[in-house]
Amino acid sequence: MDVLTCIKRVPDTGSKIVLTEDRQSIDASNLGFTMSPHEECAIEAAVQLVEAHGGTARVLTLGPPAADEQLRTGLAMTADEATLLETDGAEWGPRATANAIADAVRAAEEEFDLLLFGNESADAANYQVGIRVAERLGLPVVAGIKSLEVEDGTAIAGREVSGGEEIYEVDLPAVVTVKEGINEPRYASMRAKMSARRQEVDRREPDAESGPGTFEKLRLEAPSDEDSAAEVLGEGPEAVPRIIEVLEEEVEVV
Amino acid sequence: MSSREFPDSAGTVIIGAGIVGNSLAYHLARQGVEDLLMIDKGPLPDPGGSTGHASNFLMPVEHSKEMTHLTRRSIEQYDEMGTFANSGGIEVARTDERVEELKRRMQSAKAWGEPAELLTPAEVEELVPYIETDLIEAGFYSTGAGTCDPLRAGEIMRARADAIATGAVTPEEIDAGDVGPDDLEGVGDGPGGLSLAPNTEVQDLHVDEGEIRAVETDRGTVTADRVVIAAGLWSPEIAKMAGVEIPLTPAVHQMISVGPIPFFEQFEGEINHPVVRDMDTQMYERPSGNDMEVGSYQHRPILWDVEDVPSIEEAPLSPTQPPLTDDAFEQSMMDALELMPEVLDDPEAGIRHEIDGLLSEAPDGAPLLGPLQDVDGLWSCAAVWIKEGPAIGEMVAQWMTRGYPDVDLSEANVNRFYEYGTSREWVKARAHELYQEIYGIVHPSEQWQSGRPIRTSAFYDQQDDHDARWFEAAGWERPQWFESNEDLLDVYADELEGLHRPNEWDSRWWSPIILAEHLHMRDHVAMIGDMGFGIFDFVGSDVVDYVERMAVGRCDVDVGKTVYTPILAENGGFVSDLTIARLGPEHYRVVTGGAAAGSDRAWFTSHIGDDEHVTLLDRSDSLCTLGVWGPDAREVVQSVTEEDMSHEAFAPYTAQEITVGETDAWAMRLSYVGELGWEIYAPMSKGHRLWETIADAGDAHDIRPVGMGVYGTTGRMEKGYRLFGHELEIEYTPAEAGLTFHGLKEADFNGKEAYAEAIEADNAATLCTLSVADHAPDGGQARFMLGNEPVMDQDGQVLVDEEGRRSYVTSAGTGPSVGKHLLMAYLPPAHAEEGTRLQVEYMGDRYPVDVEVVGSRPLFDPENDRIRS
Repeated sequence: MDVLTCIKRVPDTGSKIVLTEDRQSIDASNLGFTMSPHEECAIEAAVQLVEAHGGTARVLTLGPPAADEQLRTGLAMTADEATLLETDGAEWGPRATANAIADAVRAAEEEFDLLLFGNESADAANYQVGIRVAERLGLPVVAGIKSLEVEDGTAIAGREVSGGEEIYEVDLPAVVTVKEGINEPRYASMRAKMSARRQEVDRREPDAESGPGTFEKLRLEAPSDEDSAAEVLGEGPEAVPRIIEVLEEEVEVV
Repeated sequence: MSSREFPDSAGTVIIGAGIVGNSLAYHLARQGVEDLLMIDKGPLPDPGGSTGHASNFLMPVEHSKEMTHLTRRSIEQYDEMGTFANSGGIEVARTDERVEELKRRMQSAKAWGEPAELLTPAEVEELVPYIETDLIEAGFYSTGAGTCDPLRAGEIMRARADAIATGAVTPEEIDAGDVGPDDLEGVGDGPGGLSLAPNTEVQDLHVDEGEIRAVETDRGTVTADRVVIAAGLWSPEIAKMAGVEIPLTPAVHQMISVGPIPFFEQFEGEINHPVVRDMDTQMYERPSGNDMEVGSYQHRPILWDVEDVPSIEEAPLSPTQPPLTDDAFEQSMMDALELMPEVLDDPEAGIRHEIDGLLSEAPDGAPLLGPLQDVDGLWSCAAVWIKEGPAIGEMVAQWMTRGYPDVDLSEANVNRFYEYGTSREWVKARAHELYQEIYGIVHPSEQWQSGRPIRTSAFYDQQDDHDARWFEAAGWERPQWFESNEDLLDVYADELEGLHRPNEWDSRWWSPIILAEHLHMRDHVAMIGDMGFGIFDFVGSDVVDYVERMAVGRCDVDVGKTVYTPILAENGGFVSDLTIARLGPEHYRVVTGGAAAGSDRAWFTSHIGDDEHVTLLDRSDSLCTLGVWGPDAREVVQSVTEEDMSHEAFAPYTAQEITVGETDAWAMRLSYVGELGWEIYAPMSKGHRLWETIADAGDAHDIRPVGMGVYGTTGRMEKGYRLFGHELEIEYTPAEAGLTFHGLKEADFNGKEAYAEAIEADNAATLCTLSVADHAPDGGQARFMLGNEPVMDQDGQVLVDEEGRRSYVTSAGTGPSVGKHLLMAYLPPAHAEEGTRLQVEYMGDRYPVDVEVVGSRPLFDPENDRIRS
């Protein structure tokens, strides 16, 4: 089976975010770039499926020329092929991104049995691209998946819900967006990382018509680094009046 | 110790809580320092500096005696704290040239007393079963090597520091093994001791009247008598706050950790196989649990600016662990996979951790230690590796409290770059070059290529016209020899027979022209300059007492006299040797070797008392020095000098103002090459003119410019003159060096007591001059030793004196006038007998040598008739 996994290049997180002076992007000089943990799991799932059923695993991203770094991470995790829909670095909204990916899927030589996405990207977190691609390609989609198997042309996908699990059976081809925890993504071996560095990445321009579209970035704002503070309002029943006061006057929910 | 408030005052503040700061705190406490504060902007136990990401292995054998001993002492400290694993370490050779280098490693191991053996590839495989033996030709096995846990060691040292400083335990109790880690829980929570201020950022250093006063932080200002900067790669930033410079740059050392490796799963513990250094690829493979850490110095140098290093908040891992630069590491991956395919090329073993680890790099790779001479009370303890951290903390603590360390730290004195080698551009140029030499095969005379010339004297262009081969010392460009003197090889062909060096290594950075220049000087006359001396004038009403206190030799002499004298630490060991001339009733001039100039300057300034009327005027950059020596020197100099230069008018070992041609100058009649002649000092601006005048005057005598090869080696070796940093160092006394000709003067001076004792006592070792009896005892190519070879008895046992000091060649050089290759070495009494046959080991072979002279009597012209003629 042929599996396509779509990923996004994002600045590494886990530390204080510093913006560039024009506030148009994140100063990533000390951070480096990565992809979301969901997407790492999606690649791992794709690679495992191909290991079990044969076929090819391709990773794809839409992003600037340097985004081939993330594709190579996918290749180092033993994906077979990589496609870069190369942009000039402008921000693409979820609709435009989905259109470009859908067009690329249509144009591809392979006929993908499965399209995997992370549940949401690590930076914008729009939760949309996978679903929009499915819609545009007329494919079934299940989102937020934490277990995935394929049997006889059917994907069996599980989603955690409170108190249990929902299991879906979806005919392939289909789109599945996965969540961290579905598997433990592998560390690339030295050999795989080295060959990934040398592998050809299929670079193509995304369909100009899909374009960045009407989406315009004004500026970024870093979250304030004020510590969240906890205040003890009181203990026992005596605390009730103070709680009501806070709810009414400060939080304004009552 | 952590529960206390940020204090208002502290006796000693240590900035930096890495391995160096912790070790300093511990050893300062052991030395009796009670009121300590340690500040770090990061959290404990890992504040985010280089200590937190080091690979933590300790390979003790280096070609530097001091660094080897410091690593050995550090291993002992880590071990005593239960933070050392004796895994052993193997340096493997992939090339023939490296095999030779490993033989030289063996030579250094023997000289410095470290156990080691050379292994065949099969023997390497027995210890490292996963190595690809087809790739290697030999291994150098350092059995004493191992790995440590510097963060745990840091915790222990902090706890001990506090416990000792508060009086809860004594150093003796710790040494007796009576104090376990649990015994230190909670002790010393009272006043005094070691206060800790993690998560505290230093914002300024307050300096007033040249003295450190306080450290300003984001948690308040603490007044301090003494401040030590042990802040790793941030040290230059901290130093800048006090207006002084610590020349180092952050540099990337790439490292990955690969695992889990199935092969290692059968073993218990952190490390079960030797660390391997793959020298020819500048890499190492260090087992750690089920992982293998693969580190590299092979990649292109990646130097950072310290202000680009992120804050703790901005750094995903830590400030000193930025993401790996992938493309730079590619070749290293290939090389590592090739050397250890069985463990590293396992598809199950993934790269679990990968960083561009930042470390501190000084322009010459040595640490930056000691007092920062422009601010009293401010010390540097930076650019130190994990492998020597504990011992360096110990040595600097000794230095701070009693004035001198056990191990000579001259080569690591922060002042060695004083006022010439501190600019960022230059530091980076050197660091860039140095980085490529890590694990390299570095010849003892190897010259830097980058950042040159940085200091040139007035004669530079004239010497360059003579096709000078330039060597550098303390930044100064000095001709080592002149290609223009090549014709002398024919003149002295007979004398040079047997003194040529057929082996490429022996003759690298060397030329037989040096020997011919030497012979020409002995027969006629030569001009040598500039030596790059440190020249310090001392003036003031207290200058006589001050200079007397500094020197072994009596300095309250008539104006115009010169005194060659040792400068001693309190233990009677050498701090320097130099010449002091009295220029006036309250005016002395100190002339010292260029390499030691910065450190000597610091030593002299630090000994000027608070109320003493003594001023130092540094003339090093404003005066040039031209030596004119040889039997014809008087005729040449007299022909252009207004004053009477006769023996009677200008006696040996005196100094006078003279006028040479158009140049007003000052001259001393003495010689480091054992010839009649003068060192002439003139303003830099007149140097060019002075050179022309002497060169023209000498034309009739075929005067030749000759290089430092003659001045620093051939001439001095024949004369038995000692060189600081080689023969003279903190571990040997003037009695042992044969420099007690001053006797014991009445006035007090530094080291007097120890000096007096050393004169009275029998020498544990005496400095001798030896000659090589056979350069090819087994036939084949004649070899010429270069220095640092172990000295052995006829049975092949390295000589060791009763103080445990091993005999090794302190200097080696050919004496053309005596027709022998000469060596100097300290020998124990049983072997310090003229005529004794001994051996030295050089590049894996042994050579017979004979003791020519015991003590400082010159081999050539023993009565000094030439100097006195």
